[in-house]
Amino acid sequence: MHLACHECDLLQSIPPLSERGTAKCGRCGAVLVRHKPNSIERTLALAVTGLILFILANAFPILEFEINGEITATTLIGAVGSLYASGEWPLAVVVFLTTQAAPLSQILIKLYVYLPLWLNRVPWRPGVAFRLLLEIEPWSMMSVFMLGILVSVVKLAKMAHILPGTSLWAFVLLIVVLAAAVASMDTALVWQRLEASR
Amino acid sequence: MTTTQNTAIQKRLTSCHSCHQLVRLPAAHERVRISCPRCASVLYPRKRNSIARTWALVIAACVFYVPANLLPIMEVTSLGAVQADTIMSGVIYFVQSGEWPIAVVIFTASIFIPILKLLVLILLLASVQMRSRWRPRDRTRLYRITETMGRWSMVDIYVVTIMVALVHLGALANVAAGPGALYFAAVVVITMFAAMTFDPRLIWDALE
Ligand SMILES: [Zn+2]
Repeated sequence: MHLACHECDLLQSIPPLSERGTAKCGRCGAVLVRHKPNSIERTLALAVTGLILFILANAFPILEFEINGEITATTLIGAVGSLYASGEWPLAVVVFLTTQAAPLSQILIKLYVYLPLWLNRVPWRPGVAFRLLLEIEPWSMMSVFMLGILVSVVKLAKMAHILPGTSLWAFVLLIVVLAAAVASMDTALVWQRLEASR
Repeated sequence: MTTTQNTAIQKRLTSCHSCHQLVRLPAAHERVRISCPRCASVLYPRKRNSIARTWALVIAACVFYVPANLLPIMEVTSLGAVQADTIMSGVIYFVQSGEWPIAVVIFTASIFIPILKLLVLILLLASVQMRSRWRPRDRTRLYRITETMGRWSMVDIYVVTIMVALVHLGALANVAAGPGALYFAAVVVITMFAAMTFDPRLIWDALE
């Protein structure tokens, strides 16, 4: 397979790789191709799990806060809502896009591409779907939000009693699944499949 | 891996950034738009106006960086007393209360990474404009690190979001976002765009 490095433009030919093989650019070290065993099944399974966890993570509170007997709780989407309600709509939009819209579209686009592939069918306009995935990926910040939860817990623990919400575990699992779903993608393999089915 | 020591552009080829397909470039005088025959992405041999666009975004981020650090990002009311927190005072608060790991995390994500990111981008832009041949591999690695680290700066914005959502009990305890938060979010978003518009292949073009 011939390709040009996306980071330094060097032309190179890549020999057939093993099932878990990785090809790096000989000049700048960028990862060019990374093979994963059962990439299609694995990515699809992770996308389905991700969708279920995403719904669970949003269905119940992630944190509960108790001060003088009064309890407030917030869900993930509820946190965006309170920010919006307090008049900070530009911030609410940023938080919504990075913790809701981006991760959910990543999951849905993966389902859209990998479900037909798994059934040996060709999805409609896979190129557009892959480009969208590429552009959305940097804006999906669930893991950063998790760090935000940890810092908030430490801060709030000084003011009052803080309890983990029902959805916190789903949220933690979702971060692991989302990261695994990004790592299990093997775009080169998908294009080989699509090319062969033409 | 066999290396031909030719870049795609020298062979009048370009690689699709989405599916890695090699595509032949039209002759220089033909001003036509080319798209990838395999995945239909619009192709450019290099990101368009990469240097000018990245400079514009870096300068914008530097401007927003000032109010982002001077203005409070959060206003905390506790038993009637109001306290405004800037990014730096948030770090100092954790240092004074002995929460070292959290202080280090916040300092790295909110102060160290944005400054480092802006400095690295300025270094890369200047070195490309001077057609520097200095350590291209290390400069590319620096670019790669900057691009992946940027998102972690968003952590303070999420802390504000969670605090606002949980603490709204009037005079007893209330948290509101401060004007600095929006400027800070703008710095994070703009520097992410700046890293995306910079084309690391320009570092290597000077070697040809
Ligand atoms: Zn390279």
